Amino acid sequence: MLTLESVSFEVQAEKGQKEIIRDMNLTIDDHKFVVITGPNGGGKSTLAKLIAGIERPTSGRIYFNGEDITDKSITERANMGISFAFQQPVRFKGIQVLDLIRLAAKKQLAPADACQYLSEVGLCARDYINREVNASLSGGELKRIEIATVLARGTKMSVFDEPEAGIDLWSFQNLIQVFERMRERTDGSILIISHQERILNIADEIVVIADGQITGQGPKDQVLPRLLGTASAVDACEKFYQGGKQ
Amino acid sequence: MMDEIQKRILEEVADLHTVPEGAYNIRANGVSAARSTTANIDITSKTGVSGIDIRIKPGTKHESVHIPVVLSQSGMKEMVYNDFYIGEDSDVVIVAGCGIHNCGSQDSEHDGIHRFYVGKNAKVKYVEKHYGEGDGSGKRILNPGTEVYMEEGSSMEMEMVQIKGVDSTYRTTTAELAAGARLVVRERLLTHGNQTAVSDYVVKLNGEDASADVVSRSVAKDHSYQKFDSQIVGNAKCSGHTECDAIIMGNARILAVPQLEANDIDAALIHEAAIGKIAGEQIIKLMTLGLTEEEAEAQIVNGFLK
Repeated sequence: MLTLESVSFEVQAEKGQKEIIRDMNLTIDDHKFVVITGPNGGGKSTLAKLIAGIERPTSGRIYFNGEDITDKSITERANMGISFAFQQPVRFKGIQVLDLIRLAAKKQLAPADACQYLSEVGLCARDYINREVNASLSGGELKRIEIATVLARGTKMSVFDEPEAGIDLWSFQNLIQVFERMRERTDGSILIISHQERILNIADEIVVIADGQITGQGPKDQVLPRLLGTASAVDACEKFYQGGKQ
Repeated sequence: MMDEIQKRILEEVADLHTVPEGAYNIRANGVSAARSTTANIDITSKTGVSGIDIRIKPGTKHESVHIPVVLSQSGMKEMVYNDFYIGEDSDVVIVAGCGIHNCGSQDSEHDGIHRFYVGKNAKVKYVEKHYGEGDGSGKRILNPGTEVYMEEGSSMEMEMVQIKGVDSTYRTTTAELAAGARLVVRERLLTHGNQTAVSDYVVKLNGEDASADVVSRSVAKDHSYQKFDSQIVGNAKCSGHTECDAIIMGNARILAVPQLEANDIDAALIHEAAIGKIAGEQIIKLMTLGLTEEEAEAQIVNGFLK
């Protein structure tokens, strides 16, 4: 279980301090699939970074499974069981996909075992396992490899920052299936930041964040109807999902 | 017979655990410690100067030559000339390398001049590794000079690696390519402490459709200094590419000087150079996988130089 207690985060702006997250209280229960949505600039990505330890709150505390992790480093939180998938996956010259998955799994996985994670995210493992995680990979490929590293970690808490950002519709369609499978199989909590109606649609719970505050929270059936048609729940392309049928 | 230190150094520079298959010449502390020739590959000592001639018969396929050098005596300085005559249509692997173990207070230095005469349509893979160790105050110095003369249709791939322990290196490589010849160079370099490494290349593309690809990847740590000076000269219809990609760390300094000279309207030449520190987001990504900052840095450097 992850709990945020009166968490605020401020940055230095031109006109003094700017509050990105304001006095936020939030609990993510075990085994839940939670989607955080809301307008751009509302503080969603910052919240994800606060959970992973990439940013530290200006005030307030964060607890993970009852332990105060507010002052813990990124590494400590990762080793306690928090995973984080970047909105823009990082490229590494020379590091191969297999290396990255082994680092994530924290063991010398046999290539066949590492391939399993790639297959789960819809990549033909044989073609990718020895590729470098560099600029030769497309945005969609990188995104899936990023998700595969989170799968390989198999932690209690997985945070995905806008998995749909920067990928084409075709890849996005497949990505939904990846998350649907993850939802069925994982025994941990999944926290996804997304604007996509299709992702919101598979959530147990939806949290709406605007202006650094929670403006709505509850089971999908209650929250989603209010969001439909707004920027918080974008339908990527209706025709596309119908396979071009009228 | 070689002692344990020499054997270990041999393993570092030539990946050799025992004596290699095929032709070889192992030089230890200035003398030939072991030599073997084959029906197709002959090795003879030079007269007048230190060094050997390696002659590979035309048409020799899938054979290898190992010529590692080991220095374990502090204060040892030597200058060696090795000439390779690679026959037409042959396809061979040549592994050279020099390792210095210096635990004394005097400088140890190995200066090697390698000349390659690559015959028509011959194919060569050349691997050269440099390694230094020992906790003495004496410096470990390696100055390799390489000259490559490539005849029509020949190809050569050179892999030059210097990852650890060499205090000072001044490497010069020159190549002249006839029509249709192809040269590929992959240099990997890591400097640390107060080391300096200078690498100069001059590649002349003299014949039609000659091509060269000279790429260096390097990491400079601590107070070390690196200079990569790569010049490609296009004297005919040809294509050339040179690239320097470097990671800078600590108080290191790096100078990259890629140069192109086109003396023919159909010479197509490209250079690229990039120097930068490790991106903060790369470290953060690996930390989110549970690595410490130091572990993340080591993984990034290892991957980059792999």
